[in-house]
Amino acid sequence: MKTQLLKLLEHNATLTPEQLAVALDVDADSVRAAIAELEQSGTILGYKTIIDWEKTDREAVSAMIDVKLTPQRDRGFDRVAERIYNYPEVKSVYLMSGGYDLSVLIEGKTMKEVAFFVSQKLATIDGVISTATHFVLHKYKDTGVLYDAPEIDERGTFS
Amino acid sequence: MIDYSKVLSGTVVDTPKSGIRKFFDLMNTMQDVVGLTVGEPDFQTPWHIREAGIESLERGKTYYTANAGLSALREEINTYLTRKFNISYDPAKEIIVTVGGSEAIDIAFRAVIEAGDEVIVPTPSFVCYAPLVRMAGGVPVILETKFEDRFKIDPEALKAAITPRTKMLVLPYPNNPTGAIMTREELSEIAKILENTNILVLSDEIYAEMTYTGTHCSIASLEGMWERTIVASGFSKAYAMTGWRLGYLCAPAPLCEQMLKIHQYGIMSSPTTSQFAAIEALKNGDTDIQMMVEEYNRRRRYIYNGLRSIGIEAFEPEGAFYIFPKIGVYGMSGEEFCNRLLYEYKCAIVPGNAFGQGGDGFARISYAYSIKHITQALERIEAFVKTL
Ligand SMILES: Cc1ncc(COP(=O)(O)O)c(C=O)c1O
Repeated sequence: MKTQLLKLLEHNATLTPEQLAVALDVDADSVRAAIAELEQSGTILGYKTIIDWEKTDREAVSAMIDVKLTPQRDRGFDRVAERIYNYPEVKSVYLMSGGYDLSVLIEGKTMKEVAFFVSQKLATIDGVISTATHFVLHKYKDTGVLYDAPEIDERGTFS
Repeated sequence: MIDYSKVLSGTVVDTPKSGIRKFFDLMNTMQDVVGLTVGEPDFQTPWHIREAGIESLERGKTYYTANAGLSALREEINTYLTRKFNISYDPAKEIIVTVGGSEAIDIAFRAVIEAGDEVIVPTPSFVCYAPLVRMAGGVPVILETKFEDRFKIDPEALKAAITPRTKMLVLPYPNNPTGAIMTREELSEIAKILENTNILVLSDEIYAEMTYTGTHCSIASLEGMWERTIVASGFSKAYAMTGWRLGYLCAPAPLCEQMLKIHQYGIMSSPTTSQFAAIEALKNGDTDIQMMVEEYNRRRRYIYNGLRSIGIEAFEPEGAFYIFPKIGVYGMSGEEFCNRLLYEYKCAIVPGNAFGQGGDGFARISYAYSIKHITQALERIEAFVKTL
């Protein structure tokens, strides 16, 4: 039941326990209990809304930054990663295989602001060898959701 | 001036327009309607299947196929049917790839019906059977199924409907619009009645994959039934491929040989691009079906519970993606209920009488919609019912 529950919530976090209960063929109290447990164990980490900010007048840019590091004794990359992810501008940090070590997603108001953050804050952290900044020009799809294709029901009524 | 009434076929002219159409035409004149009316999946065809179609075009596969369809596809159809429903057909002689399940049904009728032959058509059911029987020169004999029987065929009623002119029984399960299914045990009762007759079965199994309370049983898999059954099915529902127009027929070779003539002269061959996509669907589509069926199943429970909590009586549907609630209890006909729901609350559901005798007092509600959409519609239905 838990995997099914997670799949439903991953897709739509606004479903109520009552709605989830019907979908899963269990009672609402079991759903509430399961959600509480999943939250407690840190399996469910939060609930968010997917927003296409381009449709608003809020200014926002994001950039993916490839970061190369020198590993530190005992703690590998963890210590540096921590110093990076503590900045609120940093939205995601992934440890990567391949040509660089960390992939860092940053959001800022303007390109200038992001560039400033990278040169002044990120690049100066001990252990950071190099950074390569790639600005996001347009989001086509994010977390499984298409940005340009609003869901229109194109089905006619024929049968 | 030409007098069209003199040139048109009387049989065709006298065939009524589909009752669903009438209601849809009405609905389309209005704005902001939340409808639960559509009879096709809300999913798009899974990408890998679309890609197989695209790739076939890129490779220039733009020619006719064999009349019966690509042999690789017929092989896959047989593998699929054997694997899922334990029925097998010789891909060379016993399978025809058709333009949707619709063509399959049409040519099955046309191959067996002679003027005046009777075909037993259980209703409420999909709208095409009786008109197609009539256009083939036959006489549809309506076998009304009942709410009390969960819209299954009552063996006694079937016996009573059989006459010396009965050529065929249509077996429309899982059923559109009622959501009824028939289990192996229930089908064996039907089989017993037919076993020593010359009556064929046209089993429309297009919703076979959408069976939620167990697995679908094909009547062709029952003892003695394979030789008298034509299975019609297709890709529209299971793989969300309505627009590709692809289905198939399976039947013993002596039947297929004749049906193939109608297909050959009338159609030539089914769309080639669609056939390539369908091969991919059958080979690698199991997880897509599972994903979609799980989702329909959630919606099925959701809508069943939702209607019950509003106080509307319905039996729990076990197949397809429709629920068929009893709405004829508010002192008006089903049609009036649907019309008022549409005009006053802007919610569209299809009056049950569009699906033939026995449908009056009911409505077809499709749950091929997102939970969010279904919730909206249920709210409107509730608001309406509260005023009654
Ligand atoms: C019971 C039933 N059979 C057959 C069909 C025909 O489907 P297609 O021609 O798309 O295969 C439908 C479509 O709605 C149906 O509901």
